[in-house]
Amino acid sequence: MARVYLDYAATTPLDHKVLKAMMPYLKQDFGNASSIHGFGQKALGAVDEARKTAADFLGCSSQEIVFTGSATEANNLAIFGAVKGSKTSKPHIITSQIEHSAVLEPCRELEKQGAELTYLPVDKDGLVEPAEVKKAIKPNTVLVSIIYANNEIGAVQPIAEIGKMLGHAASAGRRTSKPLFHTDAVQAVNYLECDVKKLGVDLLTLSAHKIYGPKGVGALFVKKGSLINPLILGGGHEFGLRSGTENVAGIVGLAQAIKEIQSPKHKMQNIKIKLLKDKLIKTIFKLIPDARLNGSASHRLVNNINLSFNGAEGEAMVIALDQKGIALSTGSACSSKRLEPSHVLLALGLSEEEAHSSLRITLGRYTTKEEIEKLLKTLPLIVERLRKISGYKQ
Amino acid sequence: MTQYYSKKVLEHFLHPKNMGKIKDADGIGDTQNLRCGDVMKIYIKVEKKKGQEVIKEAKFETLGCGHAVSISDMICDLIKGKTLVQALKVGFQDIAPALGPIPPAKVHCVHLAEAAVKSAIEDYKIRRK
Repeated sequence: MARVYLDYAATTPLDHKVLKAMMPYLKQDFGNASSIHGFGQKALGAVDEARKTAADFLGCSSQEIVFTGSATEANNLAIFGAVKGSKTSKPHIITSQIEHSAVLEPCRELEKQGAELTYLPVDKDGLVEPAEVKKAIKPNTVLVSIIYANNEIGAVQPIAEIGKMLGHAASAGRRTSKPLFHTDAVQAVNYLECDVKKLGVDLLTLSAHKIYGPKGVGALFVKKGSLINPLILGGGHEFGLRSGTENVAGIVGLAQAIKEIQSPKHKMQNIKIKLLKDKLIKTIFKLIPDARLNGSASHRLVNNINLSFNGAEGEAMVIALDQKGIALSTGSACSSKRLEPSHVLLALGLSEEEAHSSLRITLGRYTTKEEIEKLLKTLPLIVERLRKISGYKQ
Repeated sequence: MTQYYSKKVLEHFLHPKNMGKIKDADGIGDTQNLRCGDVMKIYIKVEKKKGQEVIKEAKFETLGCGHAVSISDMICDLIKGKTLVQALKVGFQDIAPALGPIPPAKVHCVHLAEAAVKSAIEDYKIRRK
């Protein structure tokens, strides 16, 4: 049975060019980038080059890129690092109710430790209102962290608008130093503008394995002059912000993945993905009664579909589809083993039951028309059968 | 390899034998009052045999994950032919060996099914009065 993968928001397969770029550093060029001999210098050269690639992509300087072991680590560094670096006795943080847990959990931890938190609500489309960010700013606000594109519903937030507004707030003389602005851009990198100057961010998180790179490597953009404290201490790697011997092959892989998404071929693929996604949504609504699209239809990642089918439970749909060789997920891959309904869907105003009956379909580079057709043949029958089992009346 | 869904669980999920309503049920139990995403409904038909009340038929309707569905199906199998007193004792110790390993996160589905059976029997007792 040919397997169909429609869970690109969870992770992506490794691009063969990325693997090829990584191979030398897993084999003969194994040196430690801190060593001064030839082996080490070769590794250091590769890391430097990768840093330049990442910097060019984000429109910043190489010294502003910090490689980490994951995007979760990069988010932790941004949040804990900014709060520690602010040296404020009662720091205030503004974030949203629809962040990834890699932002929410650090925020909750800081709240336990005495920080003041504002979790901004979103509208029914899953969007943060920039004016609400402005209203929430206090004299002790040290950090604003808003996800660029949501992992569950693909809602694209007005990051550039918020960035501009935060800059304005500073020039209006409200504070001498504006709060640091962080965005988790993990899901956005594949599809959206990531120039940090255009976005007006001080901190930006990205991940390799969401862009056809390897797992176990992420990066944080840290704008020059931002006061960030490290979380991991040791040999002072990554400008003192993240100690630990560089994962050279992983870093090279991240850089190659970034190169690939900047190619015209990738941009063409994104157009194809959007067409497939639009067709998929349209046809599902035709074939399955009582379906609803969660999140904004227009401010949305081109590859993301999140639907609720009342009377059919999410995990049951996922397992039934998996039996037919189709892999996708409920709400968020990370929460599929948790029992609580998705915090993102609840923030949109869905009932617990609606949130429990959600399905996330995320397309990617290798998605074909045939795969979409297979899903369209399979899904309606599964929803119908589960609705029969639950006694749902259509 | 540990499978999140065992073979047996999948079998009952994909081909449940006891799904649906019993139109002239003697007792209907649900779990609406338990705060959990899953909703289970159990329908029972009771007959008197040698002076004892025995569950003759059991069916379910479940809005829940694959485990919830297969556990509902299994508990219907297990309570059929049992007296009310025996049926109330059916639980994890009977379901786990029958279905194979149940992940810790899914153990609550078993308790949900037990609660639905209990609620159906209580409903039957109220109706009988």
